[in-house]
Amino acid sequence: MSKTNEILFAGFGGQGILFSGKVAAYSGLVAEKFVSWLPSYGPEMRGGTANCHVIVSDQPVGSPIIVNPTDLVVMNKPSFDKFENDVVPGGNIFIDSALIDRDCTRDDVNVFKVPATKMANDMGMPKLANMIMFGKLLKETGFVDMETVKQGLAKSVPPTKQQLFDTNLKAIEAGYNL
Amino acid sequence: MDKVLMKGNEAIAEAAIRANCKHFFGYPITPQSEISAYMAKKMPKIGGTFMQAESEVAAINMVYGAAGAGVRVMTSSSSPGISLKAEGISYIAGADLPCVIINIVRGGPGLGGIQPAQSDYFQATKGGGHGDYRLIVLAPSSIQEIVDCTTNAFDLADKYRMPVMILGDGMIGQMMEPISFPDNVDTKEIEKPWATTGTQMKRKKNVVNSLYIDPKELEDLVVARYKKYDEIEKTEVKFETENIDDADIVLVAYGTTARIATAAMRMARAEGIKVGLIRPITLWPFPKDIIAETAKKCKCMISVEMSMGQMIEDIKIAANGACPVEFYGRTGGMVPAPAEILNKIKEVM
Repeated sequence: MSKTNEILFAGFGGQGILFSGKVAAYSGLVAEKFVSWLPSYGPEMRGGTANCHVIVSDQPVGSPIIVNPTDLVVMNKPSFDKFENDVVPGGNIFIDSALIDRDCTRDDVNVFKVPATKMANDMGMPKLANMIMFGKLLKETGFVDMETVKQGLAKSVPPTKQQLFDTNLKAIEAGYNL
Repeated sequence: MDKVLMKGNEAIAEAAIRANCKHFFGYPITPQSEISAYMAKKMPKIGGTFMQAESEVAAINMVYGAAGAGVRVMTSSSSPGISLKAEGISYIAGADLPCVIINIVRGGPGLGGIQPAQSDYFQATKGGGHGDYRLIVLAPSSIQEIVDCTTNAFDLADKYRMPVMILGDGMIGQMMEPISFPDNVDTKEIEKPWATTGTQMKRKKNVVNSLYIDPKELEDLVVARYKKYDEIEKTEVKFETENIDDADIVLVAYGTTARIATAAMRMARAEGIKVGLIRPITLWPFPKDIIAETAKKCKCMISVEMSMGQMIEDIKIAANGACPVEFYGRTGGMVPAPAEILNKIKEVM
């Protein structure tokens, strides 16, 4: 049985939405799966919502556009409102509950609330809420394993900024170990 | 080489450099600006030339000059920018010079939008600029294929002394996929005795020109050029097919739309509907023989495009009435979903 994760990361520009997707895609690459990464570009990115479609699959990726995600990671309310109903029945929704104050209206999906932005602030790394959300995604979906993500993260961080690896990993582990 | 994730735009730039492109002239426009950005960063490091021109018109004329001097040269833009370059492209075709032009298409007409589209098919394959001329047009559908197409584009340009266009769209330009570059690029840079490199008093001067006042002389030149085009139509056609042998309905799609069509084909097959796909890789020369052959065996063809229907005209000419040719498309930057294509398949059944 082939396995495909269609992961949609969504939030505001500046939250590291595209970077989350990049870590997911590189992790899939390390795991020798087929992957695609498609960002939103244009007006919505310039000060508005940003999103990123990542497909990690055992078979070649057809359309890189995700219509119905198996996994949705949302870090602001407009994105939650926009994509909540698109998730496949039985799929997963990961909500940054520090920024989104309403409940999920569906009962046919798995909902995981993570106060990621608050946690990140408390941990003194306010820009890494995205990686805390990523850790929870990793834990609940197991789309790859933690060792793979470490390698994927190393490839996602620019060679000149490898010091960011440790802090990003710390945030991923914080979300994973919740 | 290890696999890396790269955006389509970056892959084009890196593949061009590996194909020994040493000169790039461009002007930024979404959604292809990463090509210019990559070239700006890399060209100085390899002893090449990157120049951000003052306009698209200037950039294509710099390409004209560099091509005349016999070096491998490229420019890139998106739809409105390509319209501005059209005059220069016609001159380059008229002067029989090789170069590579990238169009990462966005919605039009006019300034249009910035989201993916395929509505420049006519412009790419039927002209764009004035006069009797052709471009070889390549339409990759994955980032890995971009690498092959870019290398191939420079080889074809040199071999036939003509401009070659790579027609992408905003989606393939912006998306990332794993790719690997071959360790040794198999590229065929050839001698260019016609290049204006300076005579050093050792040979007759070479002239780069597209002005011929004597109509007979001009006609002879154009006819000779069309003999070359005939040769290209015989030897350079590229396409892929999937599931066409038993197909009742055959989708025809190129570039990223072909991938969405592939997803629709899988959905249809899962429901027991016999759907196949023809994916042109060269848009000119158009793969008319496989269309003609397949049209005799299937019940219906559907052209799937991100436009109001442009490639469908070439499909109809090739099918020549052997089967009905239907159309499904979205335009203006809207991208069709696989389910929409599946609905169209069911509608024509």
